[in-house]
Amino acid sequence: MEDAARLLQLVINGAAGGCIYGVIALGFVLIYKASEMINFAQGDLMMLGGFVAFSLIAGMGLNYWVGAALAIAIMAVFGFLLDSVVLRRVIGQPQFAVIMLTLGLGFIFRAAAGISFGYGSVTFVTPFTNKVENFGDIAIGQDSLSIVFGTVVLCAVLYAFFSKTRIGIAMQAASQNQLAAYCMGIPVRTIFSLIWGISAAASAVAGILLAPSTVLDVNMGFLGFKAFAAAVLGGFGSIPGALVGGVVIGIVEQLAGYYLPAGFQDVTWNSMLLLVLIVRPQGLFAETQRKKV
Amino acid sequence: MSVDPILRVSNIETYYGQIQAIRSVSLEVPRGRIVAVLGANGAGKSTILRTVSGLMDPERGSVSFDGKDIVHMAPDLVMRRGMCHVPEGREIFPFLTVSDNLAMGAYTRRDIDGIARDMDVCFSYFPVLRERASQRAGLLSGGEQQMLAISRALMGRPKLLLLDEPSLGLSPILVTQIFNIIRRINQEQGVSILLVEQNAHIALKTADYGYILEVGRIVLQDECRVLLEREDIREFYLGQKDTGVRGARRWKRKKLWRS
Ligand SMILES: Nc1ncnc2c1ncn2[C@@H]1O[C@H](COP(=O)(O)OP(=O)(O)O)[C@@H](O)[C@H]1O
Ligand SMILES: [Mg+2]
Repeated sequence: MEDAARLLQLVINGAAGGCIYGVIALGFVLIYKASEMINFAQGDLMMLGGFVAFSLIAGMGLNYWVGAALAIAIMAVFGFLLDSVVLRRVIGQPQFAVIMLTLGLGFIFRAAAGISFGYGSVTFVTPFTNKVENFGDIAIGQDSLSIVFGTVVLCAVLYAFFSKTRIGIAMQAASQNQLAAYCMGIPVRTIFSLIWGISAAASAVAGILLAPSTVLDVNMGFLGFKAFAAAVLGGFGSIPGALVGGVVIGIVEQLAGYYLPAGFQDVTWNSMLLLVLIVRPQGLFAETQRKKV
Repeated sequence: MSVDPILRVSNIETYYGQIQAIRSVSLEVPRGRIVAVLGANGAGKSTILRTVSGLMDPERGSVSFDGKDIVHMAPDLVMRRGMCHVPEGREIFPFLTVSDNLAMGAYTRRDIDGIARDMDVCFSYFPVLRERASQRAGLLSGGEQQMLAISRALMGRPKLLLLDEPSLGLSPILVTQIFNIIRRINQEQGVSILLVEQNAHIALKTADYGYILEVGRIVLQDECRVLLEREDIREFYLGQKDTGVRGARRWKRKKLWRS
């Protein structure tokens, strides 16, 4: 009983961490599906989102919910501008150039955050900080629960948006067949910038959801690599795949940390990435039909 | 030259990198008419349509649509002016349902009632699309995808419809059926049509006026009934009936990626 409870607790905490990876991975996938770019600054967008929320909530004293909503909106605009001002310029260049650019952007974001907020770690108080829910003999932190709940809400909102709204369907259309989208009068460029906006906003959500359970620091964006592994695990083209991939990595990581000798936890995501690439390179949720570029 | 044609193309020259695909092509589509451009595989038919709809920029020459110069205009803006391009190889949205594909055709419109009415019109032309309305478009057969592509373009309420080889890869019965509908669309909705084809027979039967394109140049033009009577046309274009079943050729949209 003791063990079962412990296991359940590990799984839930792991799933919570995994949701964060999943949400960032979702950002990777959205951008990749639309423009075949891999945005290696995705994790750093999460970091920026966290810091923007920090400066609004802890710095300016805004209410948590207001500050969080504002931070998400700010990051959405930031993502939109990032694409329409910066990334648009490398379209048509080799993949390599795009990768270098997004990696470089990550450096810039970290430096900018360091200069603005310092290199120490900061934190802000949330409604979920240091609270615990007891379910029988299992105690689960509200921080973990809020992450899982927040992720579910985010996914529901995104699902409704992409499948029900005109602009959401147009985003799918432009991601599936750019040429046809242009012929329908869909402003493909703007649509792609909006996708960047959504992607950055999702990362900001991850940063805000993470705030109750960890301190924020400039290098927290490196978590993006685990999210990248999650996206690969999920087939790098599938949004449900990215989420499941994230949760799987999160849970395995927790279990490895508890049951395996020290150090294994840190290599979980690399090992899983390698394993997937060797055993099932198309990922767990590969889509059957290649898209037309 | 007719007065105030819906489309007037003058001396356009378009390149793929260093390769010149069309050489000083001029043509006109009078309002309410069907005009066909005929030519063999690689003659430059698709390039003409891409240049007209703004997917590619010509090096020289001008394109005037409904009285306005549209050269160098982005393709989505050209579409908003009332020109719908049905590209070669159908190019549907494979993971969207048939009805979402049609809804995307009406992306630029806000009149919900009109959109619903036009969707019914499309379903009356191609009843099979109504049956398949909630299926993913990628699951349709080639002929059904062509019907969807034409219907989707109609949903944009075009003044001018550009059709790139609607007969490509379809059975003869299906070709006849689709060209009958093309004729009806022209007559019932008054849509002007510029259509390019390898299948000269069906195109000349359907269109009012025809241009013959050879290696990027227009070598002959006349009323279709005149062209149908000409010895050389009969020999070179109507002798071989095959529609040329080619695999869909991918073409890099240079211009789109550059701008
Ligand atoms: N993406 C491309 N890159 C280079 N050359 C091309 C490309 N697409 C077409 N061409 C060339 O341009 C010419 C005209 O092509 P196209 O307009 O597609 O002909 P058609 O539609 O009549 O078959 C051909 O010689 C073809 O090889
Ligand atoms: Mg062609």
